[in-house]
Order: sequence, then C-alpha cells, then structure tokens
Amino acid sequence: MGMFDPIKGFGVTFSTMFKKVVTEQYPEEFHPTAPRYRARHQLNRHPDGLEKCVGCELCAWACPADAIFVEGGDNTEEERYSPGERYGKDYQINYLRCIGCGLCVEACPTRSLTMINFYELADDDRRKLIYTKEDLMAPLLPGMEEPPHPMRLGDDEQDYYTYGPELERDRSGKDEEALQ
Amino acid sequence: MTIAPEEQQTQVPEGHVKLTIDGQEVIAPEGELVIRTAERIGTVIPRFCDHPLLDPAGACRQCLVEVEVNGRAMPKPQASCTIAVADGMVVQTQKSSEVANKAQEGVMELLLINHPLDCPICDKGGECPLQNQAMAHGRATSRFVDTKRTFPKPLSISSQVLLDRERCVQCQRCTRFSEQIAGDPFIEMLERGPSQQVGTAETSDIVDSASHTSAGEPFQSYFSGNTIQICPVGALTSAEYRFRSRPFDLVSAPSVCEHCAAGCAQRTDFRRGKVMRRLAGEDPEVNEEWDCDKGRFAFRYAAARDRIRKPLVRDSGDGVLREASWTEALRVTSEALLGARAGAGVGVLSGGRLTVEDAYAYAKFARVALGTNDIDFRARAHSDEELEFLTGRVLGTSPGSAVSYADIEKAPAVLCVAFEPEEESPIVFLRLRKSARDRGTRVFHIGQWATPAVRKTFGELLTCAPGAEAAVLDGIAEHASDLDEALRTDGALVLVGERAAEVPGLFAAVDSLVRRTGARAAWVPRRAGERGSLDAGAAPTLLPGGIRYDDERARNELESLWGLEGGALPARRGRDTAGMLAAAARGELDALVVGGVDPDDLPDPEGALRALRAAGFVLSIEMRPSPVTELADVVLPIAPADEKSGSYLNWEGRSRGFEVTLAGTGALPDCRLLDTLAVEMDVDLFTQTPAAAAADLAKVCELRGSTATGQPVEAGSSARRELGTGQVWLATWRELIDNASLQVDEPYLAGTARRAVLRLSPATAQRFGIERGKPASVHTELGTLTLPAELTDMPDDVVWVPARSPVSVRSALGAGHGAAVGLAAASTEGDRG
Repeated sequence: MGMFDPIKGFGVTFSTMFKKVVTEQYPEEFHPTAPRYRARHQLNRHPDGLEKCVGCELCAWACPADAIFVEGGDNTEEERYSPGERYGKDYQINYLRCIGCGLCVEACPTRSLTMINFYELADDDRRKLIYTKEDLMAPLLPGMEEPPHPMRLGDDEQDYYTYGPELERDRSGKDEEALQ
Repeated sequence: MTIAPEEQQTQVPEGHVKLTIDGQEVIAPEGELVIRTAERIGTVIPRFCDHPLLDPAGACRQCLVEVEVNGRAMPKPQASCTIAVADGMVVQTQKSSEVANKAQEGVMELLLINHPLDCPICDKGGECPLQNQAMAHGRATSRFVDTKRTFPKPLSISSQVLLDRERCVQCQRCTRFSEQIAGDPFIEMLERGPSQQVGTAETSDIVDSASHTSAGEPFQSYFSGNTIQICPVGALTSAEYRFRSRPFDLVSAPSVCEHCAAGCAQRTDFRRGKVMRRLAGEDPEVNEEWDCDKGRFAFRYAAARDRIRKPLVRDSGDGVLREASWTEALRVTSEALLGARAGAGVGVLSGGRLTVEDAYAYAKFARVALGTNDIDFRARAHSDEELEFLTGRVLGTSPGSAVSYADIEKAPAVLCVAFEPEEESPIVFLRLRKSARDRGTRVFHIGQWATPAVRKTFGELLTCAPGAEAAVLDGIAEHASDLDEALRTDGALVLVGERAAEVPGLFAAVDSLVRRTGARAAWVPRRAGERGSLDAGAAPTLLPGGIRYDDERARNELESLWGLEGGALPARRGRDTAGMLAAAARGELDALVVGGVDPDDLPDPEGALRALRAAGFVLSIEMRPSPVTELADVVLPIAPADEKSGSYLNWEGRSRGFEVTLAGTGALPDCRLLDTLAVEMDVDLFTQTPAAAAADLAKVCELRGSTATGQPVEAGSSARRELGTGQVWLATWRELIDNASLQVDEPYLAGTARRAVLRLSPATAQRFGIERGKPASVHTELGTLTLPAELTDMPDDVVWVPARSPVSVRSALGAGHGAAVGLAAASTEGDRG
C-alpha cells in the first residue's frame, strides 16, 4: 500500500466536485419527459367531445396483465356518449397490474386509447391506482362538449370515422386562425 | 369402423356406401351428407348454413368441394352440405384440392363484401363463426373498394331479438329453425338478389303483399332465442345481452334449467359473479340443442334487488320483520316448531321448485323433526286421485322403464290430455312437432280450442267443455274409433298435464284408457321440482323412496336406516296442501313451514292467506318477498338454482344433476338450512350438502326400489254442477310467459308473452252481447276479471282466460279450470287488463 493511496481515492470526489450536477431533484423539481414518451393511458374524444371509445373490450382482450376492465353500453338518441350504437359504459385500468406494454393501444380499433406523458403512477392506496373512466377521459378542449349529446359532426358514425381527421384539421386550423 | 382398414377388399355393411374423401376410403351410411362424413374422419369443411338438426339448404355456399361420381367429375364445385354420399364417390375438400380451396376463399370474399367492419361493436365478436373462418380461410385484404350495402340498424323484430341486416349472410338458419323446428314462421327471407334480406312483415318496407309471410306480426315465438344462438354472424342478437360482455370475460358453467320439468341442459355464462346470459346446452336425449325463451332469458330473479339475503324475524314488540342473525332466527324457529310439534302439529308446504336433494330434506325434516306426514309439494290445484295416479303410474319411473323423449319421437300416436305442450313443457312440444313433421306421428289434443300448439303439431283437436275431459276419454272407444285404433298401436302415448288434477275422474279415465288400449301414460308436470319431490317423498302418502305411509314393514326398515326408534315415524296419513291449509285455518295446525309457495297458485288463495294468518307460527323459506312473507314469523333465505348444486328429475324421471355456478355467495341450499334447523331441534337429518342428501336418499331408495305400484286409480267424486243463468264453464291454464315469480325484472322476455285475451265462441259472445276486441268480464262472488274478448272456434258456454297473465285467475275469481262462472260484457271504460 503506497503512501498516497488514501488521497488517490478522493481524486474522483474532487474531480467530480467541479462538474455539472446531473442529479434530478424529483419530486421537488419536475422534469418533463420526451414528448413521445408513453406512460398513463388516455381515452380520447372526437372533435365535438363525443367519446371515441366504443366499449369493444379489445384492449382488455389484448392486455397480457389483465389490467383493463370494460363494460359496453347502448347509446340511445336521448343519451349519446359516442357516435354509433355502442359506448364504453365502464372503463377501468388497474395500474398495479399495468406493465405499460402498449398492446391495448395497438388493439384499439378507434384510436380511443392512447398513452400520454404522465407517469406518476404510485400511491399507497390500491383503490387510487384503479383509474376509472373519469380519470382516463381526455380533457375537453375548446369546441368540445361534455357527452351525452347528439352527434354534431355528421349523421352517423361513418361520418366521424371517414371525415374525422379532416374535421379535426379544419377545427385546429380554425383554432390557429383564432389565435393569430 | 368408419375408416377403412388397409386391405383392398373392405366389407361394406348393408345400407352403407364406400367413398373416398381426400384420398382416404370411408364407409358411410346411405343418405349421409358429405360434410358430415368428412367431419367424421376429421376434415372440417367450413360452413355457415349447415346445421345437423335443420333440413339442408345449401344457402351460404361456403362448403364447396370437388366431387367425382362414377369416374366423372362434376363440372363445378358442389356444396357438401346438400350432397349425399354415393358409392364410389370421390370427394376432394379444401385440404387436397386447389379448386375447392379457391372456391371457398372466393365465397368468403363475396360474403364479406357487404359485411360491415362492425366486429368491435358486434355482440358476436369473439365467438363468431364468420370472424373465425375469415381469419382462417379468408384473404388478408379486401379487393372491394365500392360502397357497402347498408340498412338501418339495429331493428328490433321482437322485444328479445335485434336484427342487423348488414351483417346477415343469408344462411337461412333462423328462418329454417322458425319454420321447421318451432313452427313460428314469423321471420322469412324477403326480396331477391342483392337486396335479399331476413325480415318480418313489419321490417319489410315494400308494399308487396306476396312477400309478406305473416299478418304483420312481430317475431313472437317462444323459441326465438334459439335463432340468436344459431346465427353464425351477428345478424340476430339478444336485446337482453346487448353489449353486456365479451366471450373472454365470461366463465361458462353447464347448468340445468330450473323453470320447467323438461330438464333442459343449459350453459350459464357469468362475469364477476353475475349471470350475463344463458344458452341452450347440448343433450341429444333431452333438449337436443334448443331451449325455450323462458329458460334462456329468465334468470335475473336471482339478482333481484328485493332478494332476501339475511334471516328475518318478526319482532315480538312492534310486530315488524327485522333482520336477525342466523343463530337467533334458528333458535326462534326451532322453539316455535318444537312447541307446535308438541301441540296440534306442523304442516309443510314444500313447493314445486325443489331439487331432489332439497325435497328429500323437506320430506325427512317433516317425518323426523316434525313427526308428521303433513307435507305436500303441490302448490297448485290437486286431488287424491292425482296422488293415486302418481303412486300407481309415475313414481320411480325413469327413461328406461317409462316414457322418454325418444319414445315421443318414435310414437305413432300421442294423445295430450289436459296438457298444453307449448305453454307447459316447450321441449315436449318441440319433440311432438318433430315427430309429427318427420315421422307423421298423429298428435291428438283434448282441450277447449285449437291452440297454436295444436296447429304446429299438425294435431287433431277433440273439443269438450272444461271439466268434461274424463267423459271424452271414456267415450273414445265409442265416438272416436280412429283415435282408439291409433292408441292401440305399439308405442302410442298419453301425456297428462297438471291441469288434470282439476277435473274429477280424469286420472281414473286416463288409467282405464291405457289399461284398455295398451298405450303408455306419462305425467308432464309444469314445475321442475314436482317429479323429484314425488320420488323424494315430499307427499302426504309417500315417504322417501316410494314407501307408502301405511306400509309398516317398510316404515320399520326406514326407521332403522334413519337410526330412529321403532315406531318413531308417523303412521297417520298426511294431509294434502288444501287439507293442511284448511286445518290451519281451523286451528288444527299450530305452525306452517312454507317453502317458496305463492298463495296465488293455490286452489284457494284467500283461504291460504286466512290459514297463514290463523297459524300460530309461519316459517317462510324464501328467496324473494311474497304474500307469505308478510304473514311469516320467521323468513329464512335460501339459494337460487345458480348458487347451489343438486339435481332435478325431469318429467321422464331422468336425473338432471348440476353443480354450483356462482360459488361462494354464502346462500344456503334448502337441504343445508333444514339440516341446521333440525340440529337446533336436536335431530340429525344428514343433509348438510346436496351430495350428502343424495347419498342418504340413494340408501333409502335401495330399501324398496321405489317403483310405481300399478294399482288402478279410483275416480274422485265428480258431482257435476249445472250452469246457472248467465254462467259459463271456465277453461284456464298457465301460459309460458306470464307474471310468474321467476320472471320478474325481465322486460325483454315479457314482451313476447301472448296477448291476454278472453276467448269464447261467436255464439256465446252473441248471447252475452260481447263484441270482438271489446272488454268482457268473468265473475264469481269473489271478484271479476276483465280482458278483451277474442272470438274463437270453441264449444258454446265456455270461456277461456290465461291463468296468470296479467293476474291470477285463482286470486281474482277463486275458481279454476272447470268451474262455473258468470260472464258479462264489461263497460268500455273498464280496464283492459
């Protein structure tokens, strides 16, 4: 053992002392993820606020962790939540089970289910980690209206699926105009 | 046996042919369809329209194969579901023939052209033959770029069935089922060519009377649920099950229908402890693959909000029922019953819906714990004559020794006496129709008017006034020689319904008729538990295992088997339901144990309520509140059929065992409850579980072998009254869908109930000044029942009303089948029921 060896060990310490700190002070300081980072799920809406979810349960079928529970419901003319016949009456994701694999998003036939950046899925209560439909629904953007309400963008669900993207673009175009 | 061995020369049995399928030699019975022969050797040819129980149609063209007969190939691929095997035929399926494979792929592509991409919202998704075959045999992409044909959807063609014409592949399974099996051709193929569609007269939007198949009626069939089950796409879906769940959510359990004595095998699908739907199970010997709408759709009573889940005890202070612990409820009950046993005695009304095991527990409880023969399962009109007939001809019979479904199918002639097959035992009705349609069985009905069942079984109706059925039977030899001759042929049957108990002398007449002609008689009760209760000894004259109450030796053997002291079993003949209620009303019974009996079903509902009020103590063993609950001192909750195991004996005497579907609900089967109650009374029943009860009953049955005595039946007193002025004879029987207690919370099912009408002959109507469609009323001194009148071809001075739709005839009039009642035209403002 050499004479300078004890001091050598501090070499790393001293050299690091003057470098830029990479430690993140989470949760005191929040750092946003990359924009395309996929964490918590979200149930999207059509441009008029109707739900995209049709309650088909394909997400639940695809889920390898059995984390999703869906129950379908029947739309009526008086009480409409989504275009077409069927909507998701009950929708729950158990984040104690979810492994974030995203197979549910791939399975979704209406692009209702997508994932957003929000990743803070930890709690000390089981019940708080079972997200229900209210927790998962996308927020209402300008121009959207909370369902139930009649179809505003067309006569039937075909209009929504066929022209949905166009309508979306039109609407966002208008929003930009409005902003300018 | 079917696969030819390797030797060159194979023996072809008589009536069989040898053919080659995919290079493999097969021996098949003549007339077999190629699609089934292929299936037997393990080659599944895709199909949609083919169904083994329906006539071949060749409608979907999915099962195309290449066929070569006599060395000559047929020019085009053939539908294997319509072509019968022939000697030397060479068949190449999609497995060995590129032509067949391409043809099938082509058909699939054409079928999918107009099929909407609806799978995510379609109830069939996940269990859809079209979906499965499109995945297995179809192309990955569609070449069709044009607009699909669309229809408005969904159309409700009855309250139960929803039609989506876009999804339909025109396989005609539903229309063929309705026409061939059920005999209700309300649904038909309409239009031609590309606009061909399934529909009812209501859905057809063209005004061409030629394409209307029925007179504007919706799809009102008691069997419409089967069309939903056999639809190979999602064109017909169930309104009740709409969007409730997906196949992968469901846990399926085999079950047995608890609604009637047919004993249908069923499949119960549940999700998270709740039954979502029921499907017909497969049992070729019983229900084949069908069931009735009541069995399929009526299951929500078990999840009804008002179901009793905790014991209720009437508070001694304020006289109100309050929830109590099991310990308290059992203590109160046992003290009261012990007191009543020491006093005037206890009567047991066990009801007609018990499993064999539960009925046995009731029977043993009455004899051992209560020391009485006062127990009767018959919660309906009944007679001693009926009990004699049951002891003489029905007790202990089984399909091997007595009439079975197979016998109905083979019978040359069947006589239905006081029995409405379609209303009271729908699967018996389907068999009658099948044998009449396929084998030309002659079906005779003795009744008051030509019910739909008479027409659909191609039947012959012998009309008579209600109550005169016995006289008709006695007069057969004289007045209906062709029927007499038909009943003398080998295999002829006489089916007797529960209504026979209301006609004095009818069981004796049936007994002497079968003695005279050699036809065999079968009793077809309505309720699922009646046959089992008879064999399990829940009857006033019969102990378990068919031991008569007055057979002292057998009773002593039973005493030693049950571990009782000699002479412990009661030797006095028990009272029947009416006898017990009358005794209780007179104060000759101190307590009544009532197991799921609705007073409205009893011969005298008013008297029954009086008796319940008069009895010192009433124990109600129930699932949901009933008029008995209001008068009970203690109410003990029990498990519905889904939450217990057990077995029913169906009308044939066939044991229909079932396991627990919804486990762990904590609801107790009757046998467990009675066992615990008996322990509280210091008696052991050994019926802790249905399995234990069944084992105990099996030991009892070994004692005497539980057989029908074959003794002749003596006619009961049949003093016929004369009609007074303004009176007519009342004919009445239960309909399949009515206001029964197991049909609560079922709006979809109730929608297909038959319209409640009052039927009478035109001459009678004229005499009483009643017009068609206008309300008419029947009345007795107790009350009035008003219904719209319908003119029907039936004997004069007879009026028919449904027994429990909308209200119980028994409770409204205090009268039943064969009674004399007053008839009058009701004012138009009166309620139309």
